[in-house]
Amino acid sequence: MPRAFFFWGIMADKPGFPEILSFSPTGYGDELAWAAAISISIAILAYALGLLIGIIGALGKLGGSELTQKVLHGYTTLVRAVPELILILLLFYAGTSGLNALLAEAGFESITINGFIAGVCVLGFVQGAYSTEVLRAAIQAIPIGQIEAARAYGMSPFLQFRRITLPAMLSFAIPGMANLWLIVTKGTALLAVVGYTELTLATKQAAGNTKMYFTFYIVAGAIYLCVTLLSEQGFGWLERRVRRGQRALT
Amino acid sequence: MNSLKLAAKILIYGTLLIVAALILYWLVFHSRWSWFVEYLPLLIKGLWLTILLLVLSVVLGGLLAIPIGLVQVTGPAPLAWAAKTFCTVIRGTPLLVQLWLIYYGLGSLFPQIGMAYPGFKENFMWLIRLDGFYYALFAFTISFAGYEGEVMRGAFLGVPRGELEAARAFGMSPWKVLTRVWFPRAVRFVLPTLAGETVLQLQSTPLAFTVTVMDLMGVTSKIRQDTFRIFEPLMLLAVLYMCLTFVIVWGFSFVEKMVPQKR
Repeated sequence: MPRAFFFWGIMADKPGFPEILSFSPTGYGDELAWAAAISISIAILAYALGLLIGIIGALGKLGGSELTQKVLHGYTTLVRAVPELILILLLFYAGTSGLNALLAEAGFESITINGFIAGVCVLGFVQGAYSTEVLRAAIQAIPIGQIEAARAYGMSPFLQFRRITLPAMLSFAIPGMANLWLIVTKGTALLAVVGYTELTLATKQAAGNTKMYFTFYIVAGAIYLCVTLLSEQGFGWLERRVRRGQRALT
Repeated sequence: MNSLKLAAKILIYGTLLIVAALILYWLVFHSRWSWFVEYLPLLIKGLWLTILLLVLSVVLGGLLAIPIGLVQVTGPAPLAWAAKTFCTVIRGTPLLVQLWLIYYGLGSLFPQIGMAYPGFKENFMWLIRLDGFYYALFAFTISFAGYEGEVMRGAFLGVPRGELEAARAFGMSPWKVLTRVWFPRAVRFVLPTLAGETVLQLQSTPLAFTVTVMDLMGVTSKIRQDTFRIFEPLMLLAVLYMCLTFVIVWGFSFVEKMVPQKR
């Protein structure tokens, strides 16, 4: 009796364990799969937005005027010093109500902002600060002689970036960028706190409805873990590819 | 080119000035801070809970990380495999999922056991009635142990082989090699990264408010619900966390200067 009790207690909480995860109308499999797709889409778009901000930010920090550098320094310091959760709450509320105040001022009706877009923008804004630092460090790690040589060949700044800076910095940037991707996939879980139904909140609702907490949280954890492990493989392959021809580390 | 630069400069300055003016306007004419005095005692308690969560989870998690890192280097194989799996799982899943798994999962398991075994209910009532703080502390501790265990593994590996061989050649027992040479050398590697890890840990503590802990974040959301003010409490919170971050960074750089370092 005790052993059976513990098995049900930990693995399933209640009888009906495998069926509840089915894709049928009574199971939660389809809800979880849909929520996982939303989480991953948000992560991809936020990562892309962060990468865009990061490229502009890194170039601005290295080659911009003194003013640009100060502004970017303020941005990266501020974002990295305040917890992500608080930034998400602030930007989520400030972004929506600020936009509505502006719209009201301009004479338009107020709109409700799509949680998906707001999530992408907020996470992208936070990611941008971290990507800026990663890319800046990667560009600075290129031996200065290589860039001087490119300049001596008379390459235009764009050609120099495409042929020399970009390929040379990739091997320095990819470990950091891989880390940021893992952070953003897990960061999407924070959107559950502002009430947006992505994987974590969908899990919470399903677990609350069925009282099968262990089952659902372990399934959600396994989905996140799969994404992480697959991405690690992908980034490992990418790093080997951009490092080909270079001496091995250590 | 020059006029373009000037235009860009005016644009950036202009935007910054407008944003600053808007925030200032809002702060002066629209923000309300009358709740501050009333909630000050709660805020101080919340700050204390946040600091307590941070310090306890960093200390306990750091202690737990030492064996987790060590067995991955020395073996035995099953332990090394278990430690590696633990680190991968912790680092591969969101802290929020771990926290809710522990809080809702264990939190519903204990009453169930209590229902089945009256003896358990009598002797372990405290376990059934456990405050959210302890669940949060447990989740944060194992999370920190998972991240730091990986760092400790690298640090143990980073100690030059020759130094360990020299220690063994002096006739030191394995335990003595660990406490006299291996561990002290590994800690030097970890110390510079510890400030960053602690800041990251501080930044995950506000999640505790989702399991009813009245830390800084919990007090702030109570203020938001009571007074219907959204931005003022959140702004205060952001400033407080920034101050805590700078205190941590400053404190660790102070400690790092005290530790003698061979360059």
